[in-house]
Amino acid sequence: MSGNATGTGPLLEVEGLHVHFPVHGGILRHVVGWVKAVDGVSFAVRPGETLGLVGESGSGKTTVGRAIINLLRPTVPGVRLSGAIRFASEGGVVDVNGLDRAAMHPVRAEISMVFQDPYSSLNPRMTVEQIVGGPLRIHARLTKAEIRERVLALLDRVGLQPQYASRYPHEFSGGQRQRIGIARALATRPKLVVADEPVSALDVSVRSQVINLMQELQEEFGLTYLFVAHDLSVVHHISDRIAVMYLGSLCEIGTAAQVYGDPVHPYAKALLSAVPQPDPHRRRSDRIRLQGDIPTPLRKPSGCGFRTRCPLAKPSCAEKVPELRDVGGGRLVACPEV
Amino acid sequence: MKDTEATLDRSELEGASPGGRSPTAMALRRLFRSHTAVAGLAITGVLVVTGLLAPWIAPHEYWRISREAVMQAPGAIPGHALGTDELGRDVLSRLVYGAQISLLLGVGATGVAVVLGVIVGAVSGYFGGWLDSLLQRVTDTFMAMPTMLVAISVTAIMERPTLASLFLIMGFLSWTTVSRVVRGQVLSLRENDYAVAARSLGAGDGRILFRHLLPNCMGPIVVLATLLVAGMILFEAGLSFLGLGVQPPYPSWGRMLLDAKPYMEESPWLMVYPGAAIVLTVLGLNFFGDGLRDAFDPRMKV
Repeated sequence: MSGNATGTGPLLEVEGLHVHFPVHGGILRHVVGWVKAVDGVSFAVRPGETLGLVGESGSGKTTVGRAIINLLRPTVPGVRLSGAIRFASEGGVVDVNGLDRAAMHPVRAEISMVFQDPYSSLNPRMTVEQIVGGPLRIHARLTKAEIRERVLALLDRVGLQPQYASRYPHEFSGGQRQRIGIARALATRPKLVVADEPVSALDVSVRSQVINLMQELQEEFGLTYLFVAHDLSVVHHISDRIAVMYLGSLCEIGTAAQVYGDPVHPYAKALLSAVPQPDPHRRRSDRIRLQGDIPTPLRKPSGCGFRTRCPLAKPSCAEKVPELRDVGGGRLVACPEV
Repeated sequence: MKDTEATLDRSELEGASPGGRSPTAMALRRLFRSHTAVAGLAITGVLVVTGLLAPWIAPHEYWRISREAVMQAPGAIPGHALGTDELGRDVLSRLVYGAQISLLLGVGATGVAVVLGVIVGAVSGYFGGWLDSLLQRVTDTFMAMPTMLVAISVTAIMERPTLASLFLIMGFLSWTTVSRVVRGQVLSLRENDYAVAARSLGAGDGRILFRHLLPNCMGPIVVLATLLVAGMILFEAGLSFLGLGVQPPYPSWGRMLLDAKPYMEESPWLMVYPGAAIVLTVLGLNFFGDGLRDAFDPRMKV
C-alpha cells in the first residue's frame, strides 16, 4: 500500500498507528504506565466506500477515529502517537499525525465527525442554526444570509423542517438530534466522515432511519465513511468492508460479505456468533462463548492480545504479535493458526 | 413546591413547551414559580429602583443639616417621616441615598470580582497544566487572606478611599469563589462532546471558550454574582461601620450605624432603620440568588 492522491488511491491510509495514553500515579503524579489504546493499526479507506470498524468497548475503535481528526494531541497531555495517518486532501496527501494546528485547520473542513451521544454533542445554548452553521462560520467566508441558506438546505436534506432552525437541542428527540449532528458534519462538504457509533444511543426503531439517511447522503455527496460501531448488524448493513478490532489491534479486515458471512479470525468468529438471531428456528447451536473479559490495555498479554481468550491458543501465540496476512480475496487476518 | 418542579420537568422532557425556548427562558419560568425567589426579586427591585431614583425619591438632600430639627423621633415633625439624626439630617433621605451607595458598591465590586474570577477560572480550567497549577495556587493564596483584615489595612492606609478604590479593593479580595466555580465548570464542560465537536471542526480556543463553554457556565455565574452582591453590601457596611469605608458626607448604611452608635439608647431609630435596610436587602438578594440557583439547575436542589 502506498499513499497516492491521484486515481484510485485510498482517501485515508492509516499505517502502524499507535496511541498510548500515560497513566499517572503516586504522590508526584508521575507516569506509572501506558494504556496502549491503539497498538499498531493499519488500514486504508477508498474514496466513496464505507469501512465499518467494530470491536467491543475498550478495543480502541473510538481512539482510532479521534486520532484521524487529530483530536488527541491537543486534548490529552502526554499522549504518545506514532504511525502515519495519510489523508488525500484537496492540497495533496497529508499526514494528519504530523500536522500542527494551523496546518490541520484546512483539513478539518474535509474530515468531519458524527458523535455517539446526540445529547452531549450539541451545545444546549445554541440554536440549530448556530450549531449547523458553526463549521461554516469557521471555514467558509460567507455572509450571514448565505450561511442561513446553506443551513436551511442542510436541514431540509437531513429531513428537518426549516422552522426548526431557531429551536434549541433540548426540543428534539434523539433521532432528530442525530440528524442535526449529521447536518453539522456535512456543512463544510467534507470528503471523509468519521461516524463514532452514530446510532448506538438511538432507539432501535430510529436507527434504521438514520442509517438510511446516512447511506442516501453518501451517494448524494460522494462521502466516504469510517463507521465505528459495536453493533454488527448495523455495520453489516452500511459497510462495504469491515475491520474487526480487539485490544488495540486489528484481527481481521475484509469485505462485509467475507467478514460477516464467514469470519476467519477466532475473535471475529466469536463476535459474529454473538449477533442475536431473531428467528428461533434458525438459532445457531454452535455459538462461541468467550471466557472472561477483555484484558486491560494497561497490561496487555504478550504476543497475540486475544490468546488469553482464544479457543485456538497455543504456547507460540505468546511469543510474537501476529501480523495481518492475506488469506485470499483481499481479506487480511492477524492469526497464524487459521 | 417540590411537586410543581417535578411536573414541570416532565412536561419539558415530553417537549410540551412550544418552539424556540432557550434554556435561559425556561430557567426564568421556573424562577417565577418560586415564592421566595419572587419575594427576593421584589426586595431587590425596590433596592434597585430606590438606588437609581434616589434624587427624586428622597424628600431632602442627604447632607442638609438643620439645627432646628436635631434627633427628632420618626413622625415627630412633619417632613421627616423617619426622624432626623444628630445633625438634623433626614433619616429617610439618607436611607434612600444609602441604597444608591450600597447598590453602586455591591454591583461594582461584584463586577470586578466576576470579571477577575471568570478570567482566572476559565483560563485555569481550559488550558490546564502548569498554568492551572499556578493560577490555583494564586487562588489559594487569596482564599487564605482574611478578607476583612486586608480590606481594613488597605483602606486605613488610604485614609479617604474613593468609591472606585473601595469597589476595586472589595472585588479584588472576593473573586476566588467565582474562579473556582468557573474552573470546575469549564473543566467538566470542555470534555463534553460539543466542545470536542467544535474542536474537531477547527474552532479555536477563544471560540470554544467564549462561544461554547462560558455560555454554559452562565447559570452558576449569575447565581454566584447575585449572592456576591449581598456579600459585598455586608462587606461595605462592615467597613463603613468601622469608619473605613464610604466617607462622610456620603450616607452609607454602615456609616449611619456607626454615627448612631453613641445615641443608641435615646434614639434607637437611628440604628434600627439602616440595620433593617441592610438585613432586608441582603435577605432579598439571598432569596433571589437561591431562587436563581434552583431555577438554573433544578437537579442541584438542596
